[in-house]
Amino acid sequence: MLQTAFDTEPSLDAKEERDIYLSAFRFMLLARVLDDKLAALYRAGKIHGGVFLGRGQEALSTAVGISLREGDVFAPLIRDAAGRLAFGESVLDSVRTHMGSPHGPMRGRDGNVHRGRPREGLLPMISHLGAMISVVNGILLARRFQKKSGTVGAACIGEGATSTGAFHEALNQAAVEKLPLVLVIADNQYAYSTPKSRQFACDSLARKAPGYGVGVQTVDGTDLSECLKAAGAAISRARTGGGPQLIVANLLRLCGHGEHDVADYVDPKLMNSSLGRDCVKAAEEFLARRHWLDASQAAGLREDIVHEIEAAVAQAQREPAPDPFAEEWRAIASEHLCEGQPEHRRI
Amino acid sequence: MSLTYLEAIREAQARALRDDPRVFIYGQDVGAFGGAFKATKNLAVEFPGRVIDSPISEDAMVGMAVGAAIEGMRPIVEMQFADFSLVGFNQIVNQAATLYWRTNVPCPITVRLPFGGTSGSGPFHSQSIEAIYAHYPGLIVLTPATVEDAYSMLLEAVALDDPVIFCEHKFLYYHLKAEKLPDEALPVGKARIAREGRDLTIATYSAMVHEAIEAAKELSGDGWEIEVVDLRSVKPLDTDTIVASVARTGKLLCVGEAWPWGGVTAEIISRVTAEGFGLLDAPPQRLNAKETPVPYHPNLWAAHRPTARSVAAAARNLLRQ
Ligand SMILES: Cc1ncc(C[n+]2csc(CCOP(=O)(O)OP(=O)(O)O)c2C)c(N)n1
Repeated sequence: MLQTAFDTEPSLDAKEERDIYLSAFRFMLLARVLDDKLAALYRAGKIHGGVFLGRGQEALSTAVGISLREGDVFAPLIRDAAGRLAFGESVLDSVRTHMGSPHGPMRGRDGNVHRGRPREGLLPMISHLGAMISVVNGILLARRFQKKSGTVGAACIGEGATSTGAFHEALNQAAVEKLPLVLVIADNQYAYSTPKSRQFACDSLARKAPGYGVGVQTVDGTDLSECLKAAGAAISRARTGGGPQLIVANLLRLCGHGEHDVADYVDPKLMNSSLGRDCVKAAEEFLARRHWLDASQAAGLREDIVHEIEAAVAQAQREPAPDPFAEEWRAIASEHLCEGQPEHRRI
Repeated sequence: MSLTYLEAIREAQARALRDDPRVFIYGQDVGAFGGAFKATKNLAVEFPGRVIDSPISEDAMVGMAVGAAIEGMRPIVEMQFADFSLVGFNQIVNQAATLYWRTNVPCPITVRLPFGGTSGSGPFHSQSIEAIYAHYPGLIVLTPATVEDAYSMLLEAVALDDPVIFCEHKFLYYHLKAEKLPDEALPVGKARIAREGRDLTIATYSAMVHEAIEAAKELSGDGWEIEVVDLRSVKPLDTDTIVASVARTGKLLCVGEAWPWGGVTAEIISRVTAEGFGLLDAPPQRLNAKETPVPYHPNLWAAHRPTARSVAAAARNLLRQ
């Protein structure tokens, strides 16, 4: 989250613009290096379960996270390490959740990308695709009841998950209630191994927006500038009563579905097309062209980031694993109504 | 003044809306129309803006409620029929039921399910699916059998900090009447002895409580005294009250309107045999609906579900052992 983002300052002076781009680039790089580290830990057998990366989607994801304000709501999905960081999630929350630390927000009860802090507006995704959007709607509806105006909810999703009933129900519901929802579709061409031609038959998902009665923008998801402008505009429109907004970003997943997946099904033509452009490299080149970040500054930034991540990993690795004997084993808040294994019940 | 089970549900919602500004109702046709069964009759007028018509989107209805609950509201979701809650099943069992355990943030939502068979309703408007929800950790599943319980338990459901599946039986909506609303009630989680007896325990819930009481009356003509335990809530299940009853009677018959595979009746028998095997004078028995979808024609429907007659027959068989 930034103090000044595109949605609040329509005419930015040069310094403010530079600060936003530098800040955005820092989150993109932080996410990329963090993803690389998580991949290395996974290969070393240090992470239980899956690891899902956002390589290639950092520009889009950052643009969403950075354009939200404190008090807004964010429902990221599996490829949103960058957006989460930009929204305010700590590196430590991510690392601890991947390592299963009891000190992380999920306390070893859930892992990897299934993390968040609902009370701070960061929703912990459940795996079931499409299911988080209506939860964002509910938070926004509650705020309407509570007469809290001016906040926005953003939810991210892949093009594959637009085929779910939950996606349809929730977008339609947001439109009916005219909620300040910004729904961001990362059309990264594949859902696991399935090409998008097997998900939908229209030429662009943007075509769906008028059917729901919501606004839409299509962007090049590899271009930080376009993403920042689109996210800023959509969030601003939603914030000022324009109703739900859709963003469709075209890009390519520059990794496997998860780290277990070599993704040999990806068409090489796509990798060599403009969709396959690496948004982090492109952003770095953009900053260099603008003389906002030279090579040595970029190297220094990377070094700082590596340090920050190594420190978080070292800390999480020193932490104890969750203890099944100390675990409460209670799934409901009403302690007096808890059933289950009496020997595990806390007295 | 007398009021029905359905009116008690309406009154409980009116009181919840009156007493707690965090409460709102969300469901299909619940607004100006007052709901398919009129359980929200006039509430949209009495509480403007707080009784909201939803699109036909059971998944998004529950998701919306979860989000609102995270933000401190106390939503009541009305499913038009329990059968349709299955379209929102994912949000109930994977979103609502896991939230507290995963994040320590409670999920106080109440999902009202008009459930159970009525004559002529057929396969898709008659289902009893309480056991499917009870299977999932993180949910509370209530099955009131009386007007008083419909009122007090719905109020308690809304006050609880957990997702509650409130199974209200459509067969009882208009049938059951009470003179007045209760001032006090047993808490959720406690079963009730609906009729005292010494020869056999029938453990049951919801509409079947009334079939069991009818059966008990019939058997008392033959000198048998049947104890009927009304579970009130199937999750949590008040095993202590059931076991204490079996300690008095030595015989257990479990009756449920749901299908026979697994479910509440099987759960009770499993618990009683594990915890009170020595109390049983005969193998515990259960009586459920037949293993087919719920039929449409009244003749078929009456034979599909347990009735006072079939309950009495099952009890006689067990008493003979
Ligand atoms: C409802 C549901 N069905 C299936 C899955 C398994 N699954 C996880 S990710 C995924 C592919 C998602 O593709 P897309 O929505 O395009 O997002 P991407 O992975 O490309 O970012 C599938 C099928 C799931 N998580 N949820």
